[in-house]
Amino acid sequence: MIRIENLSKSFTLHNQGGAVIPVMAGAALSVGPGECVGLTGQSGAGKSTLMRMVYGNYLAAGGRLMVGDLDVATAEPRQIIALRRQTLGYVSQFLRVVPRVPTLEVVAEPLLALGTPADQARARAASLLRRLNIPERLWPLSPTTFSGGEQQRVNIARGFAHAYPALLLDEPTASLDAANREVVLSLIEEAKARGAAILGIFHDEAARARVCDRLVDVTGFTPKAAA
Amino acid sequence: MTDQAYNFAYLDEQTKRMIRRAILKGIAVPGYQVPFASREMPMPYGWGTGGVQVTAACLVPEDRLKVIDQGADDTTNAVSIRRFFQRTAGVATTEATAEATVIQTRHRIPETPLKAGQILVYQVPIPEPLRFLEPRETETRKMHELEEYGLMHVKLYEDIARHGQIATSYAYPVKVEGRYVMDPSPIPKFDNPKLGNSPAIQLFGAGREQRIYALPPFTEVVSLDFDDHPFTASKAPHDCDLCGATDSYLDEVITDDTGGRMFVCSDTDFCAGRRAKGHRGRLSGEGVAPSPHPSPTRREGCARHESVAQGAGTEGAA
Amino acid sequence: MTLMERMTMTDQPLLRVEGLTKRYGQRIGCADVSFDLYPGEVLGIVGESGSGKSTLLSCLAGHQRPDLGRIAYDGRDVLEMSETERRRLSRTDWAYVHQNPRDGLRMGVSAGGNVGERLMAVGARHYGEIRGKAADWLGRVEIAADRIDDRPSAFSGGMQQRLQIARNLVTGPRLVFMDEPTGGLDVSVQARLLDLLRGLVRDLGLSVIIVTHDLAVVRLLAHRLMVMKSGRVVEQGLTDQVLDDPQHAYTQLLVSSVLQV
Repeated sequence: MIRIENLSKSFTLHNQGGAVIPVMAGAALSVGPGECVGLTGQSGAGKSTLMRMVYGNYLAAGGRLMVGDLDVATAEPRQIIALRRQTLGYVSQFLRVVPRVPTLEVVAEPLLALGTPADQARARAASLLRRLNIPERLWPLSPTTFSGGEQQRVNIARGFAHAYPALLLDEPTASLDAANREVVLSLIEEAKARGAAILGIFHDEAARARVCDRLVDVTGFTPKAAA
Repeated sequence: MTDQAYNFAYLDEQTKRMIRRAILKGIAVPGYQVPFASREMPMPYGWGTGGVQVTAACLVPEDRLKVIDQGADDTTNAVSIRRFFQRTAGVATTEATAEATVIQTRHRIPETPLKAGQILVYQVPIPEPLRFLEPRETETRKMHELEEYGLMHVKLYEDIARHGQIATSYAYPVKVEGRYVMDPSPIPKFDNPKLGNSPAIQLFGAGREQRIYALPPFTEVVSLDFDDHPFTASKAPHDCDLCGATDSYLDEVITDDTGGRMFVCSDTDFCAGRRAKGHRGRLSGEGVAPSPHPSPTRREGCARHESVAQGAGTEGAA
Repeated sequence: MTLMERMTMTDQPLLRVEGLTKRYGQRIGCADVSFDLYPGEVLGIVGESGSGKSTLLSCLAGHQRPDLGRIAYDGRDVLEMSETERRRLSRTDWAYVHQNPRDGLRMGVSAGGNVGERLMAVGARHYGEIRGKAADWLGRVEIAADRIDDRPSAFSGGMQQRLQIARNLVTGPRLVFMDEPTGGLDVSVQARLLDLLRGLVRDLGLSVIIVTHDLAVVRLLAHRLMVMKSGRVVEQGLTDQVLDDPQHAYTQLLVSSVLQV
């Protein structure tokens, strides 16, 4: 489902004398349907950079980056938009939403964008929020006022609202208590069971051991010259 | 009695030719406002300078002129314009609609049906029907050019939203031959049906605004409306108190300071003609109204006649 | 038509712009701008004052005539159209939301009349139906039904802007031009308007070109982003990619200049 070949990335800092900083070279990995692959490596090794490149958020400098039939490295913006809408979900560490939009709407939005009838979308959103222990009295409020843990759970609910065939998870269990951590891990297991290909970053080793089928150390993708 | 100091009908021949060209263009493009080089006239703007120039350009020595102001032949404005042309053109004058060849009017169409060969000249204060909502002349001309007339219905929409009905009771906008939206001058909407399909030529002159427009004989003229609020040619729900006419446009006249009032035909010639034939109204036998129009001053200086004629507002007060 | 239907129905761009150039004497308004806009897409155009983004928008919307280039809307050459056709397009299929609602509203006409005008302009002649549609649209932009006969001058800035949006969308346009639609509004009012716009874009499958200098607005509203400097497009791409991984020196400067809150 996700196949990366010889992927490279560099940043050019025009406002600092045009310095070119290569951050990745020769990256390669693949994730099949129903499989969960965990990215490992030290902080700064490029785990998040790789995830962002898969999502199309960072531009690739070279190589192939296939998600389904689409090469994200060379795709048109509108193809990536369609990919994100239908195929590729992303749970980031930070929630970014329009202020003052109710939590229930935030979670239902990916479904509404797909044309799901509003009542169905809201029902699905409600069941996820309930499962993730977001009290119902908070649903009409904007998540921007919530605590870090609550925001993270809203983010997860939003990421799992639509049954994406491929999912990117960036620290999904960080800052969660034991009970909610358990809920998230079972959501991941359910996604795998329905055939989703998952690429994730898990600092939580026990969680990693439980859901990941394979691990890929991104340290191997660090350009040699950069050292 | 022509005053030899002036050319025939006051204006010089070149000016009359210029105005005639504008009139001919107006007749060729019914409802289209033709600009013309309006002249200073020996009367103030608002007193019919546009109509007077059109009349002057149309008159020939054989003409018989009638001048009315809100239907009446005997008000100051009508009398002075009639005298003006008696003096400068020496034409015959009349008060009888049927005998006139040229009729200059302010705010009315005579009740007696017009016939082929007659010219009705309207005095127009504001020729642009879109002015109410769009003050830019450049934009209104563009709207006419491109037939963008949605705005006209916005005005009518606002009327209904505010008053529950189309409260516009005079200067009611019309569409001419399915093309130009036209302001028929401040005639009561009661007169609107007479605009269309008339055997006479109708000319409109706006002196201050320097515009002439026209309706050639037998032109299609449709009053704008909504499907669920159709146009109605309303009048006060009374009969004439002098001649008993049931179907003429009426003026409401206050007769004393204790609430006395009477309704009389606004068309004085029409009313007098009916009385001459023996028709009588509610008050005509009792000597209450020695003059058919007891207070001619009520119209003076009144650019819009809503304060004296019947509109939605005054009807309710009865 | 839902967004999905619109997006799957056609793979043809709704608007195709090629080599658009507008000069003011020696000065460049905008130069050699090309892009495609597909149904249901929101394109943000950012840049500082004088970057040519407003010139570009007014050329696209037909308010100014470009010196060079082509604009094709739904396969039809916009610049070759007669003015009648173009103006008809701009009050049916197109809409334009001005930064200042006073420029886009008739201040002397009631809210209902403002919304109804476009309907009447395309031939609606049933008062009851016009009023019904106006009331429906006031509801959609969260203006209370009992304000339908009030004039916009009695409305707050945020309400005026929402009324302008209702007035524009009532005829079901497919392409909406927006010039700094949230400029001049309080932050809390901006948020509500952004949410409203997002919902309308999604539910109606609108294509939108939005000009703004506010990067937060485009991040939340625009799918794609075009960055302009001195009349030229220096970078374009997916909105979050351009903002998070800017490639051009100017974009990097622009992004790094935003104050963090």
